[in-house]
Amino acid sequence: MAAEPVIEVENLTKYYGNFPAISDVSFTVDKGEILGFLGPNGAGKSTTMKILTGYMPPTEGVVRIAGYDVVSQSLEARKRMGYLPETVPLYTDMTVRGYLGFMGSIRGMSRDSIRRRTGDVVDICRLGDYTDTLIGKLSKGFRQRVGIAQAILHEPDILILDEPTIGIDPIQVVETRQLIKDLGTEHTVVISTHILPEVSAICQRVVIIHEGEIVAMDSPENLAERLQASAQVVVDVRGPKEKVTAALQGIDGVQGVTVTPLERGAATYTVTSGRDQDIREEVARQVVQQGWGLLRQESLSMSLEEIFLRLTTEEPSS
Amino acid sequence: MTALRQVGGYILIGLYAIQGGRNTATIAWKELRTYFASPGAYIVAAVFLAVTGVLFVNSISGTFAEASVRGFLEPTALFVVPVLAPILSMRLLAEEQKLGTMELLLTSPVRDYQVVIGKFIASYIILILTISLTFFFVFLLVWKGDPDMGPILSGYLGFVLYTGAALSVGILASSLSSNQIVAAIVGFGIILILILLGQASELVTGLFSTILEEASVLEHFNDFSRGVIDTWHLVYYLTTIATFLFLTVRSLESRRWR
Repeated sequence: MAAEPVIEVENLTKYYGNFPAISDVSFTVDKGEILGFLGPNGAGKSTTMKILTGYMPPTEGVVRIAGYDVVSQSLEARKRMGYLPETVPLYTDMTVRGYLGFMGSIRGMSRDSIRRRTGDVVDICRLGDYTDTLIGKLSKGFRQRVGIAQAILHEPDILILDEPTIGIDPIQVVETRQLIKDLGTEHTVVISTHILPEVSAICQRVVIIHEGEIVAMDSPENLAERLQASAQVVVDVRGPKEKVTAALQGIDGVQGVTVTPLERGAATYTVTSGRDQDIREEVARQVVQQGWGLLRQESLSMSLEEIFLRLTTEEPSS
Repeated sequence: MTALRQVGGYILIGLYAIQGGRNTATIAWKELRTYFASPGAYIVAAVFLAVTGVLFVNSISGTFAEASVRGFLEPTALFVVPVLAPILSMRLLAEEQKLGTMELLLTSPVRDYQVVIGKFIASYIILILTISLTFFFVFLLVWKGDPDMGPILSGYLGFVLYTGAALSVGILASSLSSNQIVAAIVGFGIILILILLGQASELVTGLFSTILEEASVLEHFNDFSRGVIDTWHLVYYLTTIATFLFLTVRSLESRRWR
């Protein structure tokens, strides 16, 4: 049985002035899924999160949370959502208990359920000894936990966590990830991150975003496979198809060639090779030597690869 | 059937109002606790009492001094309130923006106007409590003199309305910046301009003068302190408060669009 999507994002576009922060972003998240939103800094992750939570309206496009439009049915959508923004929003002059009480109260929880759930989330986030401590006196890691605690306080269906492990020490990072993983069994979770191993550790599905556009969407395993297995070079060549194909296949290291015909005797050839071999020069040489017209050459998976290179592929060390 | 639907509609509106009131009250209550927990409000109240004390002594020290509150409420309104109101309100929205909690507040199932009204109510309560410290001077007047209570009551009513208008300006200023000091200075500036409109009205004549005078936030207070309660002045102050709170809500909304 296919799970029904609880978050639907359709053709989301957001302009800051004339600058498109994200353009034409579409994806869905199924119930109970942990979706990783992966991209280098400035890719549009936080913008997407802010639109998902209804903080900013999109320039174009629709977001539905549990079927409610975040712009026109904002309050209904917000009730079903827990949100941890990138900068953990805490009142430094309140105690942990006071803060959770206030957050529960503005979400319309009754006094009894606030008391019950405060006990629960304090246990879940391991804040036991600090419930009556002023938030201003807590360390970064504990503040992060308080931030997560407020997000899950009202038992939302959907959790949206923007860079939940940024700026905390490695042991706490591991703990926080385990916590998010545990939460994923009951909630639908969307987390954004620029750390590659983080998504492999937590998420079932990854959306990779770069310069405001989705460049890949798959499970972490499939993505890793796609990235490691092969590289692709695309060439537009004017010349006899069979001979060109044969010549390209003859290049050392080429695993396969697919042909898409173009106009006037030209065609697009997608050449797949092992990832560790750079066949671009050889492809160009073959084509030119035979006297065929080389119209275009492009490295296809380079873009994805470049994005990965910009991602943090190493765990932050202490 | 239509009647039934109508009744259902009213019940729904009622429930929304209760929920809305609850959210507003929650935010007001949180702000009140913050005021009482931090030293700022106490320091402001102490300084206020000291300054108004000087103005009070000054007002009853003349040869033909009268036993009224007008003598110190008017200079307080002119010199003290433009500073007091922005200082009390500067934190309200500026700090939410600085801490990032604004994002949380505005993504909670709470309307923007509930946030603004809740915060206004809390700061207004603190402001009225601060003003009520000067009842001590009234007590002295009653004890040692024979004041006319009418103008005292109307004077305080006008004073509270006037400071409420100043406070609503302060909240608007607080929504414009994430820096409290900037918010306070901007608030002070706007209040000053609104007061100076009255002075400027004396420089011109005719309709323009009338418009400036009516727009001035301080001119409407003078009748109150003379003992006159005019509906027009009441309407003016309530409209001014509502206008600035409305502008604050719009200002919060515009933050989302940026």
